[in-house]
Amino acid sequence: MTMMKKLLTSAVASAVMVGGAQAAISNDTVKIGYLADMSGTYRDLAGPNGLKAMEMAIADFGGKVKGAKIEVVSADDRNSADVASSTVRRWIENENVDLVAGLVASSVSIAVSDILEENDKLGIVSGSAASSITNEHCTPNHIHYVYDTYPLANGTANAVVKEGGKSWFILTADYAFGHALEGDVTRVVEENGGEVIGTLRHPFPTPDFSSFILQAQASGADVVALANAGADTTNAINTASEFGVTQSGQTLAALLLFLTDVHALGVEAAQGIQLTTGWYWDMNDETRAWSDRFMEQTGVRPTMVHAGIYSSTLQYLEAVEATDSDDAQTVRKQMMETPINDMFATNGKIREDGRMVHDMYLAEVKTPDESENEWDLYKIVRTIPGDEAYRPLSESKCPLVSSK
Amino acid sequence: MSMIFGVPLAVLSGQLLIGVINGAFYALLSLGLAVIFGLLKIINFAHGAMYMLGAMATVILFDNLGVNYWVALFVAPLLVGALGVIIEYFLLRRIAGQDHIYSLLLTFGVALLLQGVLTNIYGVSGLRYAIPELFKGGVNLGFMFLPYYRAWVIVVALVVCLGTWFMIEKTKLGAYLRAGAEDAQLMQGFGINVPLLVSLTYGFGVMLAAFAGVLAAPIYSVTPVMGSHILITVFAVVVIGGLGSIGGAIITGILMGVIEGLTKTFYPPASTAVIFLVMVLVIMFRPSGLFGKEA
Repeated sequence: MTMMKKLLTSAVASAVMVGGAQAAISNDTVKIGYLADMSGTYRDLAGPNGLKAMEMAIADFGGKVKGAKIEVVSADDRNSADVASSTVRRWIENENVDLVAGLVASSVSIAVSDILEENDKLGIVSGSAASSITNEHCTPNHIHYVYDTYPLANGTANAVVKEGGKSWFILTADYAFGHALEGDVTRVVEENGGEVIGTLRHPFPTPDFSSFILQAQASGADVVALANAGADTTNAINTASEFGVTQSGQTLAALLLFLTDVHALGVEAAQGIQLTTGWYWDMNDETRAWSDRFMEQTGVRPTMVHAGIYSSTLQYLEAVEATDSDDAQTVRKQMMETPINDMFATNGKIREDGRMVHDMYLAEVKTPDESENEWDLYKIVRTIPGDEAYRPLSESKCPLVSSK
Repeated sequence: MSMIFGVPLAVLSGQLLIGVINGAFYALLSLGLAVIFGLLKIINFAHGAMYMLGAMATVILFDNLGVNYWVALFVAPLLVGALGVIIEYFLLRRIAGQDHIYSLLLTFGVALLLQGVLTNIYGVSGLRYAIPELFKGGVNLGFMFLPYYRAWVIVVALVVCLGTWFMIEKTKLGAYLRAGAEDAQLMQGFGINVPLLVSLTYGFGVMLAAFAGVLAAPIYSVTPVMGSHILITVFAVVVIGGLGSIGGAIITGILMGVIEGLTKTFYPPASTAVIFLVMVLVIMFRPSGLFGKEA
């Protein structure tokens, strides 16, 4: 009898579906592959705690979507495009993974997005910075969620040039992300009447920055800008303070700093540094409430990437529920049509190039006197509205953009 | 200002000095490796991890027990050295006399284990450690700003390197060690406790790595992965200098620091590769290394 009932219900359900598309969740399972650097340079800003954030989202969603199971698999990409590619191929071909999330090193994200496009699966990039991911490397199969190099340059470089930092020397991490950031910064500096008098590309990762800092010092530039991330940035900032870069009259601009980096540096060394961020845990009651729950589970405060992984997982699951499908194009379309309003973003929107556009924030690291505890690190100086922060579609090189 | 290949002389002098400072680190680390290989024939892939442990111990001792830098300079290497003795006694001794590859794999495993456990506890963002009060600030040399702490690193590293060389090459204890490496049985016959000597030698090599770690703590990000970055470079230095050559390790260490520093000035992207390029050339034309004895 119950069997009969089930059959009947599903028959009715199928009949009701408009358009008769094969809108059903494949294998009765929504399977998410979490791919990130779990042990290397970028571990703390995404890594295992990003997986925790994703599991929090799944639990908050109720653990099931339309009666289908939600499963998670995870892997360490070791910041290698090769390792990432073979993992994602295996996930798609043998393990029926529907969504690949996490995605930190830009080189990894670009390699993975190609495989996703080949196999028509979906990816949500939360950790990567390169703005090229939704520009020349855009595909109809991925979404770039948290931030990218364009607003980093727009926010920080803009602020520093306007404060009088006219000549710039850029230390760039020598790979996709660094190059993208260097390009975006150069544009912003020049547009504001400044000049880039030198750039220097350092290998990734570089444990010793003394030689590079010395060259930056010798350049005599007003501003020494760091177009790198993670341990490279903290190492460079430490070395700069050791060699008295700011004492000799130069301004230090870190273009990408995560909460975990500032925490590692401490307010003593990092005070006064301006940075651009997509989110901060202590912005309002909603962000604080979620961060408290996150901290209970992990022992640390969340970075913007952790928050973005939580938010994007919820958005994805809601889109799967709304469409009763785990088909990449159906879900992506639904996500594009739904404004994002949660603890991460207000009126966020996903554009046709895959860029999730939301407000960004110019923040300044507090002084030791202002900071009340080890995670009380930023004051928000200014909100940069999403449309002002991100690359306008009119400048896009993405072939998916129709309104160019 | 006079220029050399488009680089002002002042900048170049600064880079040379920085090269010597980094070279001092390479020298200390490769010295430990050379001691362990030269006397025990163990390829110690845990050397980077021991360097990391020295730095981590410095930070942990300070954070939890308030142990200051000067005390840590002695205590941290002793603690890590003791761990080395334990590793030698319980693990390495069991594969003594086997092919070198076994010691390589075993120590590599130990390194991964240590690195993994500490990464899980402390993360990779780096732990803070302040430069000791005495060495805060620096002096303007005209061509560069030299932080006092870096100057201290050169001096102390050189003193330790020369002291070690002297002990092994010129003292009776050193003679015992070298003789033990040549013919352990004969030495046993003379009533010398060779297994103890082996344990202590490994412990000493490890202490040198940990000592370099303490020196590094105030200037580099202290993270569980810091040793893995430097290990391969240091191995290249030892190969260039000649496996097991104590003096070769010291001279080559400093030389490679300078070559790397110059590459960072003239063509930075090649700076990670230049030491390996030198290694390839040396192996091609002088397989036993610049200072190695002909096999």
